[in-house]
Amino acid sequence: MTYFFQNVINALQWGSFYALIALGYAMVYSILMLFNFAHGDIFMAGSYIGFGVATGLLYLVTSGFFSLPHWLILVLTIIISMFLTSFLGILVERIGYRPLRNAPRASAAITGLMIGIILETGNLALLGARRLGFPSLIMTKTYEMGGVFVTNKKILVVLVSLGLMLALDQFVRKTKWGMAMRAMSYDFVVVPLMGVSIDVIAPLTFAIGSALAAAGGVLYGIAYPVLDPYMGILIGWKAFVAAILGGRGSIMGAALAGFLLGFIEIFVTMIFPSTLRDLIAFSIVLVILTFRPYGFFGKPYSAKLRL
Amino acid sequence: MKERNGKRFSTIRKWFSGIPALGWLLGAFVAVIIEYYFGESLADMLGLDRIPVLFGVVIMLKKPAAIPGAFAYVFMIYVLPVTIIARITSKAMNWLAVLLEKLPLWMSAILHLILLYYILDLWADMSDYRLLLLKLSLIAIMLTLSLNVINGYMGEFSCSHPGFMALGAYTASIFTVGLFMNDRILGHALISTIPSWMGQIVFPLGLILGGAIAAIGALVVAIPSFRTRGDYLAIISLAFMFIVKSGFENLEVFGGPRGLGGQPDWATLPAVFIWAVLCVWTINNFVESTMGKALNAVRDEEAAAEAMTVNTRKTKMIAFMFGAFWAGIAGGLFAHVLRYVNPGTFGLKKLAEVLAMVYFGGLNSVIGSIVGAVGFNLLSEMLRPLEIFKWIIIPVLLILVMIFRPTGLIAFKHFDIREILKPKLKMKERV
Repeated sequence: MTYFFQNVINALQWGSFYALIALGYAMVYSILMLFNFAHGDIFMAGSYIGFGVATGLLYLVTSGFFSLPHWLILVLTIIISMFLTSFLGILVERIGYRPLRNAPRASAAITGLMIGIILETGNLALLGARRLGFPSLIMTKTYEMGGVFVTNKKILVVLVSLGLMLALDQFVRKTKWGMAMRAMSYDFVVVPLMGVSIDVIAPLTFAIGSALAAAGGVLYGIAYPVLDPYMGILIGWKAFVAAILGGRGSIMGAALAGFLLGFIEIFVTMIFPSTLRDLIAFSIVLVILTFRPYGFFGKPYSAKLRL
Repeated sequence: MKERNGKRFSTIRKWFSGIPALGWLLGAFVAVIIEYYFGESLADMLGLDRIPVLFGVVIMLKKPAAIPGAFAYVFMIYVLPVTIIARITSKAMNWLAVLLEKLPLWMSAILHLILLYYILDLWADMSDYRLLLLKLSLIAIMLTLSLNVINGYMGEFSCSHPGFMALGAYTASIFTVGLFMNDRILGHALISTIPSWMGQIVFPLGLILGGAIAAIGALVVAIPSFRTRGDYLAIISLAFMFIVKSGFENLEVFGGPRGLGGQPDWATLPAVFIWAVLCVWTINNFVESTMGKALNAVRDEEAAAEAMTVNTRKTKMIAFMFGAFWAGIAGGLFAHVLRYVNPGTFGLKKLAEVLAMVYFGGLNSVIGSIVGAVGFNLLSEMLRPLEIFKWIIIPVLLILVMIFRPTGLIAFKHFDIREILKPKLKMKERV
């Protein structure tokens, strides 16, 4: 039983990453009906930016410019890298998606993929093929609760991601900008005629999604402190699957599906050999989509809306 | 300025517009023969180490000092002979083309193809690198075309092509390695020592078997596609790809993640060429048939197509199975060209590559797929000396193509053999 709870903790942490990335996919998808296939690599870039910010801050602190407690450095790292990465999202929208807004949807998917490859290769060209270690900003503390071991990093990851999701939910539901986004996802042909500019809402969506991915990237760096340029590919595609599984138009559905995918993966490895993880996890996804073709919370819609 | 440019182009065009396909082929043939016999000495004269393998681009990128030499080489070996021969013989070739036009189309097409084959054969004979590149490009053509049936003609976004390819590659490999080769993993050959000519007879069997297995696997994607379209189908096909890859990684009987090697050397250039031609021919006939039109109808408006008595389920199923069949055959050839397969080959990287080739070349067009596959392969080999910057330049190029031609370079074009092979006479000569 303790083994089970241990895995629940692990799955919560692993699902948090999927959920944070899936949110970015789902937001772009529900508004533009396009996928930002560069999103996995934006997550990677966010992780690297977080690495840069954290190292810079630590350097400033150790060389005595100012003194900050480590937890504050962590908070600052998350906030600054979210801020910086959101510009990357805006850039991706400007280069890859705005010129293609009236093109077939698949073309935008290809530009997204290509921007992703550029980000990976650019990173490789800039920093070389060696892997970087994320600086450890907080000491690992392990708490034991009835045989279940919980580290403070795991608690941090889960709490921060839940907090961000809550904030996003409030933003989308309570603010005017959120209302504009919801309206845009309802009908992006008519709503621009009502004075809500898609040229503002679309970059905003990309920016928020990228910021969340960056937060995921920094948290990932804290939990698994090895960064490499290709770390975003697989996790990005899986988060994409989670976003679809949640259903179109339901942003929180994507987060839930992200956690679900995390749980599926962790529990598959708990029962079966770990090499079977992808096989069984994706078979489950296949079965779910066969019976619920529009995801958990999505409503049937016509893709013609976009073509 | 624009007018003058137009004028200049029109003179060039006037010069070369009268040349039929046969003339160009003859020119290329002569060029290749010249390179075959005199290429080495010419390269020596121009101060190059050896024959520039890929039209001099690789040498130019590697050693900037060799740029003039490489340019001169390409000009003297390829550009001059091709244009001069094609221009000089244009009258005779037109006369021949008129004669060939009277023959049944397939006969004249086969004659042209034989000439094309000899050109490619001679060109590839000069280095093993060229041979490998040529084989892989032909296989890429098959892959791109078969994906174009699903993504271009039927308008789905299918991500499962590497999965189909893996199924075909593994089935064909298991067939040939298991039956005819002694192997560490699959054990002794069941039928040891067959004469080499027999190989070319049983090899197609293995490939067709691979294609058939891939087509059966396609049902996993095709049947959910009855109920859902677009993005959800993309996920289903993506999941299928992951399942196949992960499945082969876990099948220790077939080598697991280490892969399966030691395939017999049966994927020779003629075999690959014949399969590629067959593929182009079948797929072109398929998409020009009523079934192909039904595919387009399903893409444009499924409900309307259904109302117009198109059996959408049957259409989708056939399209998926047909595309998967050719992808499986391409996979089988791929495994036998490299003589090694492992599951890691058929991952997200392959997917991005195939998708890029399809959307680069152009949707809904056979000629676009050929251009896309060959262009992409040549480009990625030519830019190899740039090392990792290659993977910045190629994506930038693709993004530009997508921005300026959102459906690809040559999209929505018919591929009409008769139109290509017909004699190019001026209006007054053509009474």
